[in-house]
Amino acid sequence: MPADFLWLIPLLPFTGFLINGTLGRRLPRPLVAAIALIPTALSAILWISLWFSMKAPGAPESIQSVASLFGNTSWIAISGFHVDFAFSVDHLTLIMLGVVTCVGFLIHLYSVGYMAHEEGYWRFFAYLNLFMFFMLVLVLAANFLLLFVGWEGVGLASYLLIGFYFKKDSAANAGKKAFVVNRIGDFGFLLAMFLLIAHFGSLDFTTIFTAVNQHPEWQGGFLTAIALLLVVGATGKSAQIPLYVWLPDAMEGPTPVSALIHAATMVTAGIYMVARSHAIFDRSPYALGVVAIIGAATALFAACIGMVQHDIKRVLAYSTVSQLGYMFLACGVGAYTAGVFHLLTHAFFKALLFLAAGSVIHALSGEQDMRKMGGLRKRIPVTFWTMTMGVFAIAGLPPLAGFFSKDEILFRAFVSPNPIGKLLWLVGLITAGMTSFYMFRLWFKTFFGAERFEEHHDSHGHDAHGHGGVHESPLVMTLPLMVLALLSIIGGWVGVPEALGGHDEIGAFLEPVLSSTGVTVTEVVSHGTEIGLAAISVLVALTGLFAAYVLYYKKPGTAATYAQRFPALYRLVENKFYIDELYQAVIITPLLMFTRIVLGIAIDGGVVGGSAAAATATTRGLGSLVRRVQSGNIRSYAGWLALGAAAVIAVMIFGYTH
Amino acid sequence: MNIDHTILTIITFVPLAGALVLALLPDRDRIQQWAALAVTLVTFLLTLHLPFHFDYSAAAGTFQFEQNLSWVTSPAIRYHVGVDGLSMWLIVLAGFLAPLGVLISWNAIDNRRRLFYIFFLLQQVAMLGIFVSLDLFLYYAFWELSLVPMALLIATFGRTENRRRAAIKFFLYAFIPSAILLVAMLWLYARTGTFDYPQLVQLAATHGISGNSSALWLASLAFLAAFAVKVPVFPLHGWLSDAVSEAPTAAVMVIAGKLGLYSILRFSFGLFPEQSHCIAPLMIALGAIGIVYGALLALVQKDLKRLAAYGTLGHVSVVILGVFAFTVSGIDGGIYQTINEGLGGSALFMLLGLLYERYRTYDIREYGGLAARLPWIVTMFVLTALSVVGLPMLNGFVGEFLVLSGAMQSTVAHHIGWTVLATTGVIFTASYMLWMIQRVFYGELSRRAESVDAIDLTAREHLALWPLVALFLLMGIASPIWLRAIDSAGSRIVSTIHQAQANDANFAASQTSGTELMTTASSTTKGGR
Repeated sequence: MPADFLWLIPLLPFTGFLINGTLGRRLPRPLVAAIALIPTALSAILWISLWFSMKAPGAPESIQSVASLFGNTSWIAISGFHVDFAFSVDHLTLIMLGVVTCVGFLIHLYSVGYMAHEEGYWRFFAYLNLFMFFMLVLVLAANFLLLFVGWEGVGLASYLLIGFYFKKDSAANAGKKAFVVNRIGDFGFLLAMFLLIAHFGSLDFTTIFTAVNQHPEWQGGFLTAIALLLVVGATGKSAQIPLYVWLPDAMEGPTPVSALIHAATMVTAGIYMVARSHAIFDRSPYALGVVAIIGAATALFAACIGMVQHDIKRVLAYSTVSQLGYMFLACGVGAYTAGVFHLLTHAFFKALLFLAAGSVIHALSGEQDMRKMGGLRKRIPVTFWTMTMGVFAIAGLPPLAGFFSKDEILFRAFVSPNPIGKLLWLVGLITAGMTSFYMFRLWFKTFFGAERFEEHHDSHGHDAHGHGGVHESPLVMTLPLMVLALLSIIGGWVGVPEALGGHDEIGAFLEPVLSSTGVTVTEVVSHGTEIGLAAISVLVALTGLFAAYVLYYKKPGTAATYAQRFPALYRLVENKFYIDELYQAVIITPLLMFTRIVLGIAIDGGVVGGSAAAATATTRGLGSLVRRVQSGNIRSYAGWLALGAAAVIAVMIFGYTH
Repeated sequence: MNIDHTILTIITFVPLAGALVLALLPDRDRIQQWAALAVTLVTFLLTLHLPFHFDYSAAAGTFQFEQNLSWVTSPAIRYHVGVDGLSMWLIVLAGFLAPLGVLISWNAIDNRRRLFYIFFLLQQVAMLGIFVSLDLFLYYAFWELSLVPMALLIATFGRTENRRRAAIKFFLYAFIPSAILLVAMLWLYARTGTFDYPQLVQLAATHGISGNSSALWLASLAFLAAFAVKVPVFPLHGWLSDAVSEAPTAAVMVIAGKLGLYSILRFSFGLFPEQSHCIAPLMIALGAIGIVYGALLALVQKDLKRLAAYGTLGHVSVVILGVFAFTVSGIDGGIYQTINEGLGGSALFMLLGLLYERYRTYDIREYGGLAARLPWIVTMFVLTALSVVGLPMLNGFVGEFLVLSGAMQSTVAHHIGWTVLATTGVIFTASYMLWMIQRVFYGELSRRAESVDAIDLTAREHLALWPLVALFLLMGIASPIWLRAIDSAGSRIVSTIHQAQANDANFAASQTSGTELMTTASSTTKGGR
């Protein structure tokens, strides 16, 4: 595939957006779906051809391409600084492109069935294509600013799709929350870019990373500042502490959106960005340490909350936050490859889990509460079996995808030179156990035990579907499930470590992009240790499975007893540690109070308005003289002009005579 | 005769001729609207002559389309007009917004139309005149002219009983500093014997205006204060929210921003480069504070128009921060953002006006759930909001990004702290915009919205809004079209300022013959990127 056509990959979905966005309202549904799906499929095909041309022996490690618009190759150009419409593809981008186009296409396909009975069908697909456009720009960008275009654009698509059911206050709130919280992250990202411009005079990846690599004496200092600001951006987009709060609420959007945007692709942008800028991060052990700690803390924290949620989508949402924490942890210990590997496998199994959850919700006419599910195994077998693959994969059971990627991260944390590397490993391990527990909890509560749902033939709820009765989803929905289930099984086989008899192909594949300089020198560890660590994590995963089995299958109700024994603790976790309430009480309310009282009443009303009132009063006193003889604004204006002129003449005569 | 020499005169006085024609035409049916539309459209088409014939290869600092005639011999007042990269797009902008203003007033103004459109056209003359004048006296005449029609528009066509008070407030705020500005101009004339702008710039660059630095300071402050009130710069915005909430939409579209901002760049920077640079630490502080202050106060308003007024304060503050950073990026971005503010602010006030025409209220609490009923209006609203909050690929981002990154590269004192504060504006701006959209358009249909059977955009309203939205997108993705001319002005301003500093330091050094001063000179000029 010629490099000059790189820009076609994002532009194809954009045409879909334009057509559906302007005309979609009047088009029949199958046509709307076709307009959305065909460009996405074409992008995926372009990716495949790109893949083969770059895998060929002797192929370049990266392809650059600059697009032009109206004869300008620059998007912004001023003296001494310019930003081009520059795209580039290297092996990292190739993996991201694959995830976005292929998983993206599968989710588009699934949506054809899932959204079939919804209002605003055209709007949904238009937004979805818009998202694809921006996400592809994000991963194809050859400079920070174009990456930021994608970054903001996916945020916009996310805002629009979370608020898709805008008549519901909760959905409108969640959309706004997502956008604003992401803006806090963007604040950091922007400042990082300003510093990059100030130091490098450019935002081009190649320029900046080459300059950094040429100056081994640059350690910490301004690079730490830049790296930390980039981390602020990444915590927003990738839902890490302290900015993760928007992601659970984002579940207000339709389920395919949760799968595509809030699990598989957009939320991994932060990890992608950190991996992309690893040349900068490598120079700042401090910033890397912050990334690792944020990642580990988020992984553990979100897993805790995930264990006690009742809404099936919320469990998956917290699970996503937690898994993103793993990826952050990987980057933080310099194991960028492991992070990207987990990003890849997570995209498969988490997309699968969300879509399967969507299929469950679809079957139950909009029910999302797991307390009202149960025994669905026989009723929706395809969904059950495919979801089972996803659950096993995320729980880290070999030989499914999640096992290899998660284990790689834990191993890298264990052997990292980070002084708290062992602690990070331990946190990751505990999280793995909790992950296994809450996923099997979900599995047992949904598919096993007594049927706790009501068969209703009327429709209600926002995900409501017109046809009642518990039913398996149509093929258009189950087909993507099956493909993703397959990928969740085999997706990890590209990264089997040598200790387990593999070749770690993905590591070698990403080597040219992500090879680190310096900080990630790992201890030489025997294969025995690696196998031992893997065995421990499998054991932990099985423990989680067993606990869930006992509590939710063997002796249902025991969980409630435990919850009653520690009511305060349980309530604390169930209410997500009251973090939203805390932010509201500590930040939002005081800020609004301050604005209303100090800025609004004291300053704007008092100082600014007060001086105005004083000025008005004085002039009113003077003006009343004038008003007696004259009225109307034009005349008083003339009077003022005369007065002014008199003053001027006086000054000219007496003031500054030569 | 080549039209290039008269085009600016034609552009400026077509609206005046139009106003005269309107005065003669009867005020019935829709004659006034159509006539005003025709006049403004012709003016706009004429302004388009400029970008198509602008000579980008001309030496920086030269004026194009110049016309320089003697008007009064003593005192030496000339009719001198001309355009450079700084003013060109602002003239086009003024030309572009006028027909949209007429379209949006079509039904909103339903009595005394003749008066309305005459004032409107006079306002147009004043704005165009301000942008083209290169003679201080001529400029001042237009500057004063710009106050009167606006004050009268507010006083006559204001929305509530408060209109008179708002008009007087606006007028006094603008007029008092303008009188002082006149004094300063006359002082300049007394010192130099000329009102001619290019000549004065030459003199300023070579310390030829006055050796009396305190007098120069006073004069520069007189200039800056007059412009700052008009912008308005925090905390001189006392008139803004009252005037905005009273004034009819077409007047609000041009009430703030570009006139004052242009004047600062042209006259404050041109005539008082050194003083402008000295006062920059204060101005970037006021700019950064204004951004956050405006956005935060917008967040707590209950009246849609006041909300947008505080938003406007935030947006013009972005420009202030950028231009007083004295970097190419900051000034280019500032000029770009001036255009953005004109477009985005206009679109926002137009949309609010449309809502008012339908629901007769600006009270945000009366709204809710309109999205399902008014899909086109909500689409336009969201696009406008995204432009204003600076979403990449829309115009606002280009300007805002250049301004903030320019501020970060500045050498003005404490620039990093102020840039960080200013950048928090991206959070607050998004907050108030999205919250407004949510409260107006999302959720359940409000009682008032239910009781009114409102229609979505009419063809005329589509016509008024689409050009703006198209420009948001075009200016967001193809910024070099505009930046090319703007950059020629921006980079010239920066080099002039640094030149002035260098001269100044040399000047001082030659007088004191101190070697230390030379080193400060070289260290201050080093900042020029």
